[in-house]
Amino acid sequence: MINWNVILGIAKTHLLTKMKSTVTATLGVTFGIGAYITLVSFMTGLNAMLDDLVLNQTPHIHMYNEIRPSPTQPISQYQGLSKAFNVVHSIKPKQNQQKIHNALPILGYLKKHPNVRGATPQLRAQIFYLSGSIELGGNLIGVDIMEEARLSNIQDNIVEGSPQALKNNTNGILLGAGLAKKMSLSIGDRVQISTVEGNIFPLKIVGIYQSGIAEIDNVQSFANLNTVQRILGEAENFVTDINIKLLNIAESEPMARSLEKQFNIKAVDINEANAQFETGSNIRNLITYAVSITLLIVAGFGIYNILNMLIYEKMKDIAILKATGFSGKDVQYIFMAQAMIIGLFGGLLGLLIGFGLSHLIDNTPFETEALPTITTYPVNFNPNFYVIGIAFALISTFIAGYLPSNKAKKIDPVKIIRGT
Amino acid sequence: MDLVLEAKHINKHFHKPKDFHVLKDISFGVKKGEFASIMGKSGSGKSTLLYILSTMDTDYTGELYLNNQLVTGKSHRELSRIRNKNIGFVFQFHYLLSEFSVIENVMLPAKKLAEKSYVEIERNAQQKLEMLNIGHLAHQKASRISGGEKQRVAIARALINDPTILMGDEPTGNLDSHNSENVFNIFKKLKEEQGLSLLVVTHDEDFANRTDRIIQMEDGIIMNHLVNS
Repeated sequence: MINWNVILGIAKTHLLTKMKSTVTATLGVTFGIGAYITLVSFMTGLNAMLDDLVLNQTPHIHMYNEIRPSPTQPISQYQGLSKAFNVVHSIKPKQNQQKIHNALPILGYLKKHPNVRGATPQLRAQIFYLSGSIELGGNLIGVDIMEEARLSNIQDNIVEGSPQALKNNTNGILLGAGLAKKMSLSIGDRVQISTVEGNIFPLKIVGIYQSGIAEIDNVQSFANLNTVQRILGEAENFVTDINIKLLNIAESEPMARSLEKQFNIKAVDINEANAQFETGSNIRNLITYAVSITLLIVAGFGIYNILNMLIYEKMKDIAILKATGFSGKDVQYIFMAQAMIIGLFGGLLGLLIGFGLSHLIDNTPFETEALPTITTYPVNFNPNFYVIGIAFALISTFIAGYLPSNKAKKIDPVKIIRGT
Repeated sequence: MDLVLEAKHINKHFHKPKDFHVLKDISFGVKKGEFASIMGKSGSGKSTLLYILSTMDTDYTGELYLNNQLVTGKSHRELSRIRNKNIGFVFQFHYLLSEFSVIENVMLPAKKLAEKSYVEIERNAQQKLEMLNIGHLAHQKASRISGGEKQRVAIARALINDPTILMGDEPTGNLDSHNSENVFNIFKKLKEEQGLSLLVVTHDEDFANRTDRIIQMEDGIIMNHLVNS
């Protein structure tokens, strides 16, 4: 039979009369948890931002025709020479059309697929931007702009103008920010572009596109798909790339493989394209947890020390409690309760401080040319971190309290009282 | 005659630093309402015996009965409960919890027993303190009262659960003659007015001579029982 009122009463009195050590121990936990919350919120916020920056611009699956040599040369297929040692010099890439064969039926198929959130056709064209006598090399991508806006974060990257404006203007272009700067152009101006064949078209600038990655912003612009098809003089089914967004991103790899087989086309999934980002995120998470756990272990040792000292100091009290009928378990609970109270209060205070600091970081201005949509430092306010944080606090104080309290449980009252 | 406490063939060895036979086949009993004292030289085993009788020391052979119930071999948890309910203990040193007030110290064993409500316990504790003439100290910190008063608080604490027997390990050993006299009179009064059984280990011959019976120990053996008239 455990009488919690009495046990908690004694624990409370111990904590209150030893205010200094209590506060020290509590603050140890508070700083540990506060630092954990701040670190993890900030780090994962940064991770998410970086992932967004790169991953959201890449589709989950990207389909295109790859320029490559045939895997089997014709001579290998000739049975008469199957036992011979064939040497083919200077293999050239296979003659291949740039466009995706049967692009429109493939799109139709993909849009009906249950795991596909959307599939968008793109036409990438090599062009030159003309500015007086200067020609700037670059890309013009023909897109179905409203679908792109729905499926990707392209809208965030259109710093001036809107996707709607592009859709409404068949001769419109969303000019790369770097290009606009180089050529001193802004919305409403006209830019002349020239195809590789030398045909010149004037396009009206309806928006400025800034991805934050200078290499892209200096060469890439967007126009409507049929505008680009017209510029190149191609038919409406001329599509060079298909970008697919999935509902379940984990399926991207097997699905890419099956699409490759099904349509005889190159399909790159998001993990393949961005393997290094995953690694970066993982390492940052690892650092966050390593630092937080270190802080908590330090706090745990603080609690362990303080309780140990308290138990040595209270040896006689423990003996008399046992002599007057408190069992070893009762005594253990008294000290465990103190540890857990420190853990709970320290932890909750830590969550508050962590939240406050995260909030502060969240409101700190952070403006950089590279990230047009970001105005303050990114912070991830995930409630899970707070649950983990308080669990961390309770577990570490439980362990820190268990060892000394177990010692208190085993104290032999006769030895203490007789002074041997 | 009812025996409140009975020991049968109790043997105890100390194993460290080397094997030593402290108590040799001790058998005796304390009657209801009896005020008995144990006397003997240092090392005669009298305190060791008392701690076995108090159920705190369980490392012995033989049988111990409290209220005609065998307590030997019970679990620590049950023993704690028995101590809590049936045995009051007064030591040479008062062992009050210094952070708590006097009345809280007295109430603690009763709160642990949890057979009465908080209000009842508080009233009982106040009564015990009044009986020992220290009612006015109830809300003082235990660390801020005099030595004699502390010992009386310790007695009040020992009495709070109305135990069957009160044990003392040299309860007057640390007190001046005036306070010793005081404690003795309290014990005497408890025996006479409430029929409490008492078993006290002491060095103080005057104290022992005024008890009902002196149990004399030497080298782990009870030499004789002196019944005072």
